[in-house]
Order: sequence, then C-alpha cells, then structure tokens
Amino acid sequence: MKKVYLDHNATTPVHPEVVDVMIPYLKEEWGNPSSIHWAGRGPRKAVEEGREKVADLLNCDVSEVIFTSSGSEGDNLAIKGVLEANRGKGNHIITTKVEHPAVYGTCKALEKIGYKVTFLDVDGDGMIDLDQLRSAITSETVLISVMYANNETGVIFPIKEIAGIAREHKVTFHTDAVQGIGKVPIDVKDLNVDILTLSGHKFYAPKGVGAVYLKRGVRIQPLIQGGHHERNRRAGTENVAGIVGLGKACEIARRDMERENEHLTRLRGKLEKGVQERIPFVRIHGQNAKRIPNTSNIGFNFVEGESILLNLDMKGIAASSGSACTSGTLEPSHVLVAMGIPLEELHGSVRFSLGRDNVDDDIDLVLNELPPLVERLRSMSPLYSAATGKGVDINFDTVCKH
Amino acid sequence: MGESMSRGGGGRSRVVVAMSGGVDSSVAAALLKEDGHEVIGIAMQLWDYTEGDRGRPGSCCSTDDIYDARRVADRLGIPFYVVNMERAFYDEVVRYFIESYTDGRTPNPCLKCNQVVKFELLMRKAMELEAAYLATGHYARVEYDPVEERYRLLRGLDRNKDQSYFLFTMTQAQLSRTLFPLGGLTKGDVRQHARRLGLYVAWKEESQEICFVTNGSYPEFIADRVNAVPGEITDRDGNVLGGHNGIFNYTVGQRKGLGIGGGDPLYVLDIDRAGNRIIVGPEEGLFSVGLTAEEVNWVSGEPCGAELIVRSKVRYRHDGVESILMPVGGDGAVVRFRRPERAITPGQAVVFYRGDEVVGGGWIEGRIEGPVRRHAGRL
Repeated sequence: MKKVYLDHNATTPVHPEVVDVMIPYLKEEWGNPSSIHWAGRGPRKAVEEGREKVADLLNCDVSEVIFTSSGSEGDNLAIKGVLEANRGKGNHIITTKVEHPAVYGTCKALEKIGYKVTFLDVDGDGMIDLDQLRSAITSETVLISVMYANNETGVIFPIKEIAGIAREHKVTFHTDAVQGIGKVPIDVKDLNVDILTLSGHKFYAPKGVGAVYLKRGVRIQPLIQGGHHERNRRAGTENVAGIVGLGKACEIARRDMERENEHLTRLRGKLEKGVQERIPFVRIHGQNAKRIPNTSNIGFNFVEGESILLNLDMKGIAASSGSACTSGTLEPSHVLVAMGIPLEELHGSVRFSLGRDNVDDDIDLVLNELPPLVERLRSMSPLYSAATGKGVDINFDTVCKH
Repeated sequence: MGESMSRGGGGRSRVVVAMSGGVDSSVAAALLKEDGHEVIGIAMQLWDYTEGDRGRPGSCCSTDDIYDARRVADRLGIPFYVVNMERAFYDEVVRYFIESYTDGRTPNPCLKCNQVVKFELLMRKAMELEAAYLATGHYARVEYDPVEERYRLLRGLDRNKDQSYFLFTMTQAQLSRTLFPLGGLTKGDVRQHARRLGLYVAWKEESQEICFVTNGSYPEFIADRVNAVPGEITDRDGNVLGGHNGIFNYTVGQRKGLGIGGGDPLYVLDIDRAGNRIIVGPEEGLFSVGLTAEEVNWVSGEPCGAELIVRSKVRYRHDGVESILMPVGGDGAVVRFRRPERAITPGQAVVFYRGDEVVGGGWIEGRIEGPVRRHAGRL
C-alpha cells in the first residue's frame, strides 16, 4: 500500500543531511561538552556551531540561544521562568484560547495555583482582536504569550504588532513559534519579541531537541536546576547530536525555505481546490487569514473527522484532527471551538499538513480517496439525510445478512 | 453453530474489537486475529482522568488501561485507535447515574454504557470503518436460528462469568453485527490463552468498580455534583426514626449507615422520592411477590405472548427466580415470582431467561408487595 504522510505539524521525518551530520556525534564524538579534556572539545565546538546556526536563522546573537529538549519545555521555561523572575511585580498572564497545549495547559495549571490568566478570544478566522489585548493589560500583567502560527489551522498572528503593544506597556512578550520556524522567515530583531520557542522535530531535525530565544536583558528563572549548562539557564548535559542536527536543520531551512514555500503553497492550493470542487459542504478554516503555507484545516459537514481519519489511515494516508499531544485521543479541537465553528462542523474537521517530501501524486491520492469516503460516511448520517433530503443508505437499525 | 457465530464464521471479515486493556477483550482480539480476521482495536476514552487522577487501576477506561490496550494491540500487530466518547458517556451514563440516585433508584451504569455507548456509538464507529462486526470480551453467546430466522442471545458457557445480564437491551440489528469470542470459554481458558499468547495483561485483576468514581465512594461522587436535601427516615407507618442527608445515599436492602441504634436490625425498604423520605423496617418487609418493569426490550423484536414462564434475574449476582412474565402496554411488563424475592430494587435491570436464552429484560420500576406467608421471619 502506498503511504502518504500529511501530518507534518505533528512531526517531520529527519532530513537525510541532518542524519548524516549527527552520526559522528553518536559514534566518535561522544564526549561531554563540559569536560576540560580532549573528549569534550569536539562536542563543545559542535554545540557552539549548532548555536550559531540557530542564531543565524533567527537573526540573533549566539548568547541569546538556549537549548532545550522540546517545544513544550521551551514554553514552560518561558512562561514559568518569567513569572518566577517577576515575583512580586505581578501575577497576570495574557494568552489566547487557541494556544498549543504546551502553553494553554501550562496557563490553565498556573490558574489553578492562583495566577490570573486572560485567554483572548479569536474570530471566525482564528484572529485575535488587538484592542481586546490592549484592554486586558493591567498593572499586574507580567507576561503576554501568543503563538506565532496556530498548529491546527496554520493561521499566523500579527506578532510584530503584539510585541509592540507589549513593549509600550513594558510587559515581557513570548511567542511559541514551533509551527512557524523553518516554514516562514522569522527575524526576532524585526519582530522585537522577548522570548521565542522552537522545536527541532517540526522542521526535519530529530525529536528531543529544541531551543529558546531569550533576548539579552530579559529576566528568567531556570526551570531545570543543576549544573552551569546553557549559561545557568537550563541544566543538563547537552544533547550534542540533537543540537548538531538542529543546527543543520536551521541551515537547510535558510537555504531551502523560499523554494519549499512555493512547493507547499502550490500543493496545498491543489488540495484545497480539489476538495472544494469534488466535495459539497466543506469549509476551509482560516482560509481568509494569513497562514503558514503547509497547513490546511478542512471541515466536512455531517461527518466526524475521527471517522475520516481512521478510514484514511486504513488507506495509508496519515492526517490528523488537530494536536497529537493528547495521547492519541481524538477530541473536539479547542482551537475550532474558540473560532466559533458550529458543532456539527467542528467534529468533521481534518488537518492536512504538508512537507518537503510530498508530491503531486500524494495530493491526487487524497483527492481520489476522500470524495467517495466522505460520501459513504454521509450516507450513514441522519443529519446529512435531514439536510439534503437524501435517504440514509446504510442503516444499521436493520438486521445485517452476512 | 454457536461457536461459529461467536467467532464470526470461517470467512475473513473486518472486525472492530472494543479493547479495554483487560484480559478479556485482549484475548477476544487475539482469538479473532488467530482466526484470520482483519482486526481493528478501539479503546474508548470515557472519562477525563487528569491531574494525576489516572483512574483506578483495573477500571475499564483509565489512562493506564488504554495504554495497556495499546500495548496488546501492538503485540498483536493490529491497528489501534482511541476514540473520545467522554461527552456521550457523561450525557448518557454519568447523568443517568446521578439522576437515578437522586430519583431514589439504584442505577446500573455498566448496562447503560453497553446499551448506548458500546452497542450504539461504538457500533456506528465500527460500521463507519466498514467492519462486518463489532466484537467485545463479554461472556455471552449469539446464535443464528435459521428456522425462526432470528438471532438468539445466550448465556456464556462459563456460568460463573456469564454477562448476558448486561446485554438485555440488544436488538436483532445489533446482534447480527456482534461477536462474543469468549462466549464458549471459561475465565480459566481465557487466562490460559492470555499466557499462551504472551499477553502481559494476563495477570490483571477483574474490573468491578464503577469506572468514573475514582476516589471515594459513589455517594461522595454524587454529593459533589448535586445539592443534598436532608430529610427523614421513617418506618412504614410514618413514625420518624432519624434523618438522612440526601436520598441518593441509600439503596433498597441497605442495612448499614442508617444511624438508628437499638432494637431489631432495620433495612431500607423503600425510597420515597416525592416525600424525600427513606422508609425502613425489619427484613421481612423487603420481600416482594413480583415487580413491574419499564422500557422492556424483547431480544426477538416481538413481545412474548400473554404469559410466559421465565427465570428472572433481578440483579447481576442472582440465580434467577421462576416467574410468570406478562407484557403490558407498549414496553412494560409485570413479573410474578414463584416465591417471594428479597430487595427488589427500582432502577436495576430485570432480565428474563428461558434456559440459556435471554428472552428480554427491562428496568425495574416498582415492586409488587403481596400477602407474604412467612414462617419465623426467615425464608
């Protein structure tokens, strides 16, 4: 069976060039970068080269890059680190209703232990209202955290404007850019953000490595304490091979981004146009907003996205209904709920997220498989029958003759 | 024929197995796979176990149990999905559970879960995946009767484990799409299969408790969700003997926790919802000569004739009492026992058997008290 992977927002395959540069740091250069002796020298150099490449992609100084294990760790470090460093100055956080669980869940947990959190609304296109943001800021506000691009819809937030508002009010601003980095150009100096989170495996580096951009002068308390690694901001022996891989992935992103963007934009356009032409009652969520080029969130009325996904999986097509970070369970998306998507459509949403290896054939396969699948599921749906006047074709209220 | 139906015949079919992470459903999946079926495992997430509340180990849908189910599916090399049915479970099962108790009835959430979650919603999910059957690890059997051209629901061969009581709501349409691979096996057979197959869940304990009541007791669970209305505990004649803090704390036949000291032991005889009263009395007051049932399901699809001699099981662990069953009205029934039965409990299920076959069942609405001839207060 042909296998098609359209779930790159969940994770990406490791780029072959990334694998190649990592191998020596698993085989030969296995030393501890903190060691004073010969075994540590190669790894230490490699970590610093990796840091330079991350800094080049973000347009920041090497001293502003902290390596972490993941996007979730980076988000936790940013949020809890800033709150801890600002103890006594205030206890209010502003974020949005559509953040990734790494931010959303962290803020919910902080709310339970006494912090005040404002979760900003989004409109039907997934966009926040900057006036609502302005009026939410109080003298107690110590952190604003808004994602760069939404993982489910791909909608890009006006980070530069938000950073400007935060600056006016002297509030620290963090952006979870896990879905943006490697896909669109992100210049932290131009955006003027204070803290930014990225994760390696979302752009062809391996799992288990990420980074945080921390602007010079922004105060943060470490989350993980221990040794003096990462200039006292994140203890733990460096994941050398992972950092080397992350560096390489950043280098490749700079080199290939423009070409990849064109490729992904074209394929996504083909997918969305094809679906809209072949299948009635569909809606592309966030279509009117600025989006990262690889993500398409499509609502199929009258069916459950879950059923589409399971059937697609059986045909070898990997897609998702949203965040994969809820242990493989399928829940109605909090992002689409926040966007005010009607309930019957909410459950019928599927996220396709494309990547560098996808080709026209992949999209053709989806466009061949999806219409009969959606039609069959709808033929079992009383809601569809009621809305269209078509009969329910497959009725399991009748006895089945095997 | 019974065996062939319980395992889906000799053909190769796509079968969705409801996997809970326990021994039974794991072995059910393994046996179907060995028979050559294309097996897909599905676990249902029914309750939000968050913040370290991972559910009681051995309950059917905790995070750890879903993890166990996934490990078994991986070991068997079958696709495995977790579907989220928390909302339906809350609306259809948890709400029913709370409302039954606050209405003075004693609910059976496992039966309700089978009825609306497993054999309706999950069945639908299976059909959406173009499966020919939904299979579960219940100890019960389905047989097709070619003469009468209908399916029969039968007890599991292991009389001690038989779970047909929990399946009385099944319709012909559901039975035609259901497999019970364990129906012909004993629990011992199943554990042996689990060991033979190297399924590490072989050691797991039975799930007995109510899966969503994860800490404390059921009255605490309800007290956290509704306003308890204190009231009186009285005897049959209305004499006040004490007080209670919400009728949901009580179930018919209960003796402990009444807070009334001295004298002969007293039992809860009735729960008077309208009067918010618990009525207590000596044990002989617990006996009934019959009951009325509502929402009766006839497995054949047709109500029985005017009168049918059946064995009625009035709770899961009950041998059954010989009875005369009469259908009444649309979906009601009146059951008269051959000998008085103790603690007929409104809200529980009554299931009617002829031999091994489940004729049907219903929810107990009320008890029929009659002239009970007793000797020395003991039966």
